[in-house]
Amino acid sequence: MHVVVCIKQVPDSAQIRVHPVTNTIMRQGVPTIINPYDLFALEEALRLKDKFGATVTVLTMGPPTAAESLRKALTFGADRAVLLTDRYFAGSDTLATSFALSMALKKVAEEFGKPEIIFTGKQTIDGDTAQVGPGIAKRLDYNQLTYIARIVETDLQAGTIKVERRAEGGLQVLESKLPVLITMLEASNEMRRGSIENALIAARAEVVTWNAAAVGIEDLTKCGLRGSPTIVKKVFAPTARTDKAEIVEVDGKADARAAALVEAIFAKAPSVEHELLEQAAHHYV
Amino acid sequence: MGEFSKPFDAIVVGAGPSGNAAAYTMAREGLNVLQIERGEYAGSKNVQGAILYADALEKIIPEFRDEAPLERHVIEQRMWTMDDKSHTGMHYRSDDFNEEKPNRYTILRAQFDKWFSSKVKEAGALVLYETTVTELVKDLSGKVIGVRTDRQGAPIMANVVVLAEGVNGLVGQRSGLRNEVSPESVALAVKEMHFLPRETIEARFNLTGNEGVVIEAMGTITKGMTGTGFLYTNEESISVGIGCIVSDFAETNVTPNELLEAFKNHPSIKPLLAGSECKEYAAHLIPEGGYKAIPQLTGAGWIVVGDAGQFVNAVHREGSNLAMTTGRVAAETVVSLTRKREEMSAANLAEYEKRLGQTFVMKDLKKYKGIPDLLHKNKGNFFGTYPRLISQAMQTWFRVDGIDKVSKEKSIFRNFRETRTLWGMMGDAFKLVRAWR
Repeated sequence: MHVVVCIKQVPDSAQIRVHPVTNTIMRQGVPTIINPYDLFALEEALRLKDKFGATVTVLTMGPPTAAESLRKALTFGADRAVLLTDRYFAGSDTLATSFALSMALKKVAEEFGKPEIIFTGKQTIDGDTAQVGPGIAKRLDYNQLTYIARIVETDLQAGTIKVERRAEGGLQVLESKLPVLITMLEASNEMRRGSIENALIAARAEVVTWNAAAVGIEDLTKCGLRGSPTIVKKVFAPTARTDKAEIVEVDGKADARAAALVEAIFAKAPSVEHELLEQAAHHYV
Repeated sequence: MGEFSKPFDAIVVGAGPSGNAAAYTMAREGLNVLQIERGEYAGSKNVQGAILYADALEKIIPEFRDEAPLERHVIEQRMWTMDDKSHTGMHYRSDDFNEEKPNRYTILRAQFDKWFSSKVKEAGALVLYETTVTELVKDLSGKVIGVRTDRQGAPIMANVVVLAEGVNGLVGQRSGLRNEVSPESVALAVKEMHFLPRETIEARFNLTGNEGVVIEAMGTITKGMTGTGFLYTNEESISVGIGCIVSDFAETNVTPNELLEAFKNHPSIKPLLAGSECKEYAAHLIPEGGYKAIPQLTGAGWIVVGDAGQFVNAVHREGSNLAMTTGRVAAETVVSLTRKREEMSAANLAEYEKRLGQTFVMKDLKKYKGIPDLLHKNKGNFFGTYPRLISQAMQTWFRVDGIDKVSKEKSIFRNFRETRTLWGMMGDAFKLVRAWR
């Protein structure tokens, strides 16, 4: 069994700062991490390794420094790391990224065997689009299972997988044929701590590095900025709210307290009262 | 474990300046080196002012200036004694410091250490991050033969373990190689990084290009405790901090944060930070016990470098250069023993101490061995009375108010004598001179 996990090296959003003068994001010196959602995906893959002896390949597209993230993935117990890097990929949006990754995945399939499951996180914390996973599935003609909270059962003999998908309005239990692409939700599992042996292997491992040509990309207009119809119009830091929360102190029973609170809100913002009354009137007509 | 069962030539515990210097030096000489760092990356746990002293690093990586992330080279040093409202300063600024190969730089440790660590890997050492060495493994004779980590798995073996684990020396302690650090011999320093645009820093400190200023301050800012404050200019930020001996904090119940807030709001410091935005807050212990606090440095299969060996010259605010130098010297000792195929026995490793004795590290620490005690025992005078008296004298002298100069002189001397007896002052001066020699 071969499982591939697509990960992305992202700036640690907890440590990103906005330049107070130019209002641009200061990337210099900001530590990078593996996109947190991808770690849930990786752990799920490692569980398949524990259970079925699956080989786990981690794949990323990014600058040469993204090899750090791959190496870290190896410390958790992944078997192989592949870095797709080329200056032609710079500035890729989700369309260009899913194109490049799907090409790399075809090459992975050729070199190391076709993956039964491709995992991604549900989205990245720097792009937040949740489009790359589905984009890859579509291009590779894999079934896609998005927003997966849990893998219920994998039946290799029947070639099926049963999962729980968190959806609006409830939990869906879905079954799909393999191969499949799964995007994992947060907090669906907890990343393990790799053994000392894993850490040593990771420190020694060679990261397989491919450029655009190596994965058979001939049409470079599909890559990077040129292949990206998305345009970033503006990046800005939301201004902190200056108005402070007010505490309304009222005694009495719950109903009376609620009434007093509503009273206080209406007194502060008469328009809210007006709107609500209008809505109510409309509703009861 | 197969391929891992062969012992490493050396395991280095920690990836700060001393550990990196040691690992780099040994790996470059072809030794099979494993370095283990508990932080997420080298520099993630490390805190310093921070000033880099070029000389020590140059002896390890001569061309470091071309690649290392450096902030500003220091062209001006300000030494201040402060009371609550004033500072009396000695400034030294020289265009000589704008030399081709500057002598001191301000740096940001998170970035610098990451770079240093990348050099260690380039040199061929294997580096594990996010891995904590929990204890040393010994054979029946008590010789250290490897380490155990907080990760699952068998211990990792090595011919020698270089303990570059930092000020607390926890691994050494746990393995019974040393005592706990005493609260009298370590300082707790806190610092903040304040962002300011480059142009503002240059205008405010009278700098052009990558020139930088260093301010070291002592006086009532430490509220009678033994300690100093500092302010360093980086490229686009200012590092400001203050530190005091841990036992003094315990005695006075003053919190480090309180002290830093007061320092930042001192009328001499506040305008230098005006309009800045605090980007990070950090705290760290600094070994300040000096020569007398140095623990046992070598034994069978182990060797201690850097802060773990208490190698800090508190008087001159030097530490990272002592760390790098001890790391390098330890590494050179191990390399020469390895080449000669000699045992990493206690007797052979003692060569490290002999070599260290020939360097500035031991010579300087020996020279100042009396200072930590002296300052600490007379902290009320050195960090309160004298700075106050100096400020009062300055003010009397510079204020033009119709009083004649002879009367002013007399009033200054009277003030000194009333606050501190002549004998007391002479005694302090004598002791200071003697400790300095």
